[in-house]
Amino acid sequence: MTTTAARRPLIRRATSRGNRRTGWMYAAPTAAFVFVLFVVPLLLVLQMSVSRWPLLSGNQGWNFPDNYTAAVSNRFFADSVVFTLKYTVLATVLLIGLGLALALLVQESSRWKGLLRTAFLVPSALGLASASLLFYVLYSPLVGPAAGLMDRLGLSFLGTPTAALLSTTFLIVWRFAGFYMLLMLVGLQGIPDDVFEAARVDGASRWQTFRRITLPLLRPTLALTTVLCVTGSLLAFEQFYILTKGGPDNSTITVVQLIYSVAFQGQNDLGVAAALSVIVLLALVALNAAQLRAFRAPDEE
Amino acid sequence: MKTRLGRVGRRAVTGLAAASLALGMAACGGGSSGGSDAASAGPEGVDDGTELTLWTRAPLEKQANLLVDAYNASHQNQVTLTVVPNDDYVAKVGAAAGSNGLPDLFAADIVYVPNWVEQGLFQDLTTNIDGLSFKDQINKGHLSAGTLDGKEYVLPFVLDLSMLFWNKDLYAEAGLDPEQPPTTLEEYAADAKAIQAMNKPDVYGTATGLNCGGCLVFTWFPSVWAAGGDVMNADGTEALFAESPSTEVFSIWRDLWDSGAVLPSSKDEAGPTWTAGFTEGKVGLMFYPATLLSSTTGFDVGVAGIPGPGGGASTFVGGDGIGVSKDSQNAAQAWNFLNWMMSEDAQVGVLAKDNDVVSRSDLAENEYSTADPRLVTINQVAGNGQTPVALNFQQAYNATNSPWLTLVRDQILGDASTLQADNDEVTAVLGQ
Repeated sequence: MTTTAARRPLIRRATSRGNRRTGWMYAAPTAAFVFVLFVVPLLLVLQMSVSRWPLLSGNQGWNFPDNYTAAVSNRFFADSVVFTLKYTVLATVLLIGLGLALALLVQESSRWKGLLRTAFLVPSALGLASASLLFYVLYSPLVGPAAGLMDRLGLSFLGTPTAALLSTTFLIVWRFAGFYMLLMLVGLQGIPDDVFEAARVDGASRWQTFRRITLPLLRPTLALTTVLCVTGSLLAFEQFYILTKGGPDNSTITVVQLIYSVAFQGQNDLGVAAALSVIVLLALVALNAAQLRAFRAPDEE
Repeated sequence: MKTRLGRVGRRAVTGLAAASLALGMAACGGGSSGGSDAASAGPEGVDDGTELTLWTRAPLEKQANLLVDAYNASHQNQVTLTVVPNDDYVAKVGAAAGSNGLPDLFAADIVYVPNWVEQGLFQDLTTNIDGLSFKDQINKGHLSAGTLDGKEYVLPFVLDLSMLFWNKDLYAEAGLDPEQPPTTLEEYAADAKAIQAMNKPDVYGTATGLNCGGCLVFTWFPSVWAAGGDVMNADGTEALFAESPSTEVFSIWRDLWDSGAVLPSSKDEAGPTWTAGFTEGKVGLMFYPATLLSSTTGFDVGVAGIPGPGGGASTFVGGDGIGVSKDSQNAAQAWNFLNWMMSEDAQVGVLAKDNDVVSRSDLAENEYSTADPRLVTINQVAGNGQTPVALNFQQAYNATNSPWLTLVRDQILGDASTLQADNDEVTAVLGQ
């Protein structure tokens, strides 16, 4: 039956019962995945966030809105939100800026193109956790290669709040700049050559070409990369978990780290952790919607 | 054909649901009544070739492997060991406890044991433990951490003690008597400064982990106990750091830090490399985990109890306790393992042979410890040590954002005038 169905012309009336069933069958694997891996966990988190749910003893029944009040009044809540936003702005500005600059560089330079692209992209092949561990050793004042120098200069990579933030941002830039360069490169190559040629014929300077042609035509790519980068940075966890553990003096706790520590490090309260997760989820949805709206081309509005 | 398939499919789903429901009920029933009760099987437990599962955390991997291998070689029951990374252990146990999927036996950091016992993760072993002829010789700290309302749930698995280790080679170089360890915390500080004063490149007086709550608990609490003080009230709900002798411990360490006799990386040390300086022979003396005795090679090391301000000696009796989980269907067989674990065969034949601390004081002097007098010292101090008990221990002390860490960092590195407020914060978390 399926074979005959496949041999029929592709365009047909969607109202037929058999067709609808076939359609569902095609969609079923994806739907099942989305349901099992996204909808079910999401519902579970929602349930947890309105229940008293200690890690070790499981669901203890309805507890709304106590989890949410406990989440917001956690002594690290405000600090972690501020820190996460600070880190996100820093990481996004650096990554988008550097990604674009690198993409323009490798696009311009014809001789070293292959080598440069590879060099920038190689760090992306390393998992974030592995990269963090690598930098943990590099930054270590005890076993790191710069230990002697740090000792002499009285510096430390992770010793002060500012140093810890900058050192972690450096790791992230090192790890992700190549990836964003790649995305920008794809966007740049999507701009037709004749537009640039026309600009050249009109006598536009390099800056004018970049400002008036490259940037506007790169808008969809910029939207994509910014959304990716902002979302990724707001959900930062591994790099801080491994490099700073939220220290020194609780100065580098991100929101996700707070969720993790509420759930697994001491308080062991999945209910409050789930409430925090729901708050973060809502904030992310709102922020992403706002970003997509802001990046929409003028004619789409 | 499709309808038939549909019906079969529906039947399969119904069957599956019924089966899982039955399974769920079986699991629930097992928890309360129990197919094989540990107590009913007699003092030896049952050795009938059952497959047992055991979880432990990575720092005790070596000892756990030795114990499990020795047990499997001499018994019909076979234990399968799962070693979980230290940082993931609480999460893994928590997830398993929530879904009734705990292994037959599992070890727990002794400071978390009171909380886990209260949460009902362990089965009551009172009858069995009371039946042991050497019960009074079992390490008291561990046993009392696993006791709730007069019922005993947990036995000591592996003991880890904090001791004063000193590098005799550096002592001799600095003109100190290599056979004379400091007997007070003040002398400890003086010795550290004397070693620092040699100005030898890459050599420091002492070291610690100033960004590692667990390390500080493990190495600084004993100084308070040694001076006859307490760190918490008996219930573990109130912190006592704003009074003597805690205040003296802090001021001695602050002075030590200011004098530059502490390994500089100690300031940011969050735990992973907190013992590395001493192990490499770069540090004169430090409070150090006794389980790492065998890793100090290449120089001569002495071992003593941790002194307090004005004298005394104490230790933090850490390590892991072990019990039968609430989800185990094989409690009688699991008890067989625990019973063997406490026997002389296991304590001396496995643990002492590996230079580990035994958890029975009557076995403190054995054929292996007499060969190395340092082991006798460790075993003896173990009897005078303490294991602090508090339900919210992890959150108050070990967690990376714990108020205890804030307190110590303020006292040693920052604004020391905030002691009372910091202490109140620890109390607030303890009392939650």
